[in-house]
Amino acid sequence: MPTVAYREALNQAMAEEMERDDRIFLMGEEVGHYDGAYKVSKGLLARFGEKRVVDTPIAEGGFVGVGIGAAMVGLRPIIELMTWNFSLVAADQLINNAAKIRQMSGGQFTLPVVFRGPGGSAHQLAAQHSQSTEALWAHIPGLKVVMPANPKDAKGLLKSAIRDDNPIVFIEGEVLYGDQGEIPEGEYTIPLGVGEVKRQGKDITIIGWSKMVKLALAAAEQLATEGIEVEVVDPRTIRPLDEELLVASVKKTGRCLIVEEGWPFNGVGAEIAYRIGKACFDDLDAPVERLTGADMPMPYNHHLEAQCVPDIARTVAAVKRLLYLE
Amino acid sequence: MSRIEREVVEPREKARSVDKAQLVHYYHQMLAIRRMEEALAKAYALRKFGGFLHLYIGQEAVAVGAIATLKPDDYVIATYREHAHAYAKGMPVKQIIAEMYGKETGCSKGLGGSMHLFDAARNFLGGYGIVGGHIPIAAGTAYASKYRGDGRVTLCFFGDGSVAQGAFHEGVALAALWRLPVVFICENNLYSMGTPLYRSLSVTDVSQKALGYGIARDRFDGEDVIRVRDRVGEAVRRARNESMPTLIEIRTYRFRGHSMSDAGLYRTKEEVEEWKKRDPIGYGRSLLEKANVPEAEIVAIETQVKQEIEEAVQFAEDSPELAFERLSEFTYKE
Repeated sequence: MPTVAYREALNQAMAEEMERDDRIFLMGEEVGHYDGAYKVSKGLLARFGEKRVVDTPIAEGGFVGVGIGAAMVGLRPIIELMTWNFSLVAADQLINNAAKIRQMSGGQFTLPVVFRGPGGSAHQLAAQHSQSTEALWAHIPGLKVVMPANPKDAKGLLKSAIRDDNPIVFIEGEVLYGDQGEIPEGEYTIPLGVGEVKRQGKDITIIGWSKMVKLALAAAEQLATEGIEVEVVDPRTIRPLDEELLVASVKKTGRCLIVEEGWPFNGVGAEIAYRIGKACFDDLDAPVERLTGADMPMPYNHHLEAQCVPDIARTVAAVKRLLYLE
Repeated sequence: MSRIEREVVEPREKARSVDKAQLVHYYHQMLAIRRMEEALAKAYALRKFGGFLHLYIGQEAVAVGAIATLKPDDYVIATYREHAHAYAKGMPVKQIIAEMYGKETGCSKGLGGSMHLFDAARNFLGGYGIVGGHIPIAAGTAYASKYRGDGRVTLCFFGDGSVAQGAFHEGVALAALWRLPVVFICENNLYSMGTPLYRSLSVTDVSQKALGYGIARDRFDGEDVIRVRDRVGEAVRRARNESMPTLIEIRTYRFRGHSMSDAGLYRTKEEVEEWKKRDPIGYGRSLLEKANVPEAEIVAIETQVKQEIEEAVQFAEDSPELAFERLSEFTYKE
């Protein structure tokens, strides 16, 4: 199995799909001549030309709408948002148009379009460049929300997203681009809406996605040294949610901690906690717990920032609380 | 005249080539739109259906004249005041009225209503309810045409109220930058809801926005269906042959309120009456008379339209509604 970086896995997914289907084009800020702000589209302009790798001005509301229009009439655009922070100026396009045109038209138009780019906090980028938007998008019926945690998932899920006939919000981990990981040899896809158990365990389930999977695995490693066996479950797709997988794990372990980077109020974790609480009511040995980002805009200061996102120490402590060990 | 001055636009047309059969056709279309909307207003007053209802009455020559320049493969996209554009693009009256009634036989199965008429088969890409939000989509459909080299043109209709929106500027800017085959048609009816143009735009000549984007522009009055057809036709040819967008401002007037709840207190009766003298339907009829179309033939059209609308209303009344159990299949495609 080859080892590639997360960004390279995404690049392979786009290149393979563009090779397969000439209705697919990539459009966004700096995707072409600059080779991508995060180098995800590196080499694609040279390979596919300016017709299919299209640099845009800084006009998200405009080019997100262009992607929607092109998809309505049969193309399959990939629209790169330099970061999901900038998607907010295109919120009308995503919410009022992308998510609703199929229904408003009585099913006459479908929108095979992927909106992709990095999300979550990075390092000291301050409030406007450090936020998790998945709860916003997952709130909207009509959108699917995909958040890969590693190179294998990134490639397989992006290929499925590109082949899907619905508008997809594909949120990559801004700090995951350099992560290396093994990917299967040759062609493969990972279906949307199917999660994965990233580590088996019997004592407690940690549910996390995107870079929180990495954090959960590190916490699990540490807890293992104390004899606590953590099961880490990654839904991979926020909407549709693989509720079956999450429920099966919690029914087995009897305990559940949800770790998410986003804000707590109306967060994705709140929805998952509700579903787990309902489906696993008779199996829970402790209330479902959440560890989330702090309920405030992200501060710039390094020490304050670190305390605003979940970390290993607080994850470990939360697990122990749920196991009544502290 | 009111404080809204009518800016006189010099007639630029040279020889008008007007075929009698075409005149009859346009008159038929305009009249059908007028009578359809009158029937809708009546049904709305009788609470046959709900929601918003934005009538186009007074502006008919714009949709009919502009869309007459298109081929069936060309795209049309419009706002929430789009009944006329849908009709002109070929959508049957039955499907339009049934949609208002929220019936399954409506073009959008009763899921869209008055503001969201769509017809994929006829390349009518919808009515949109967020002012200006569809303008980037028009750039997108034109982008697809250029990408495929299919020679199609997109006509994008919007009101003067859209011009202050960012989406208008982003959509036009991208179309200009990428030289896309699209015609942006601002139907300037002088009011964005109840706010007159001079209180919403610093430069009330909307066509001047084209200058900043380096694209062609045009500006004229919209009561004459032939003028609309010929002037929009120039822009459609520019889009099709040169792949260049145009911004057209067509000055027009809606005789009714912004929507059914609008009492129209922001404009005087005199102003409305003044504009009614330039009713596109009346003007269209005078063109028929000038072209020596016999009165009996004109009356026959009027009778035919009346019958067509009555049948469509009955069809809508008699049609079933979509079952709730089927609703979820329209959220995502499996």
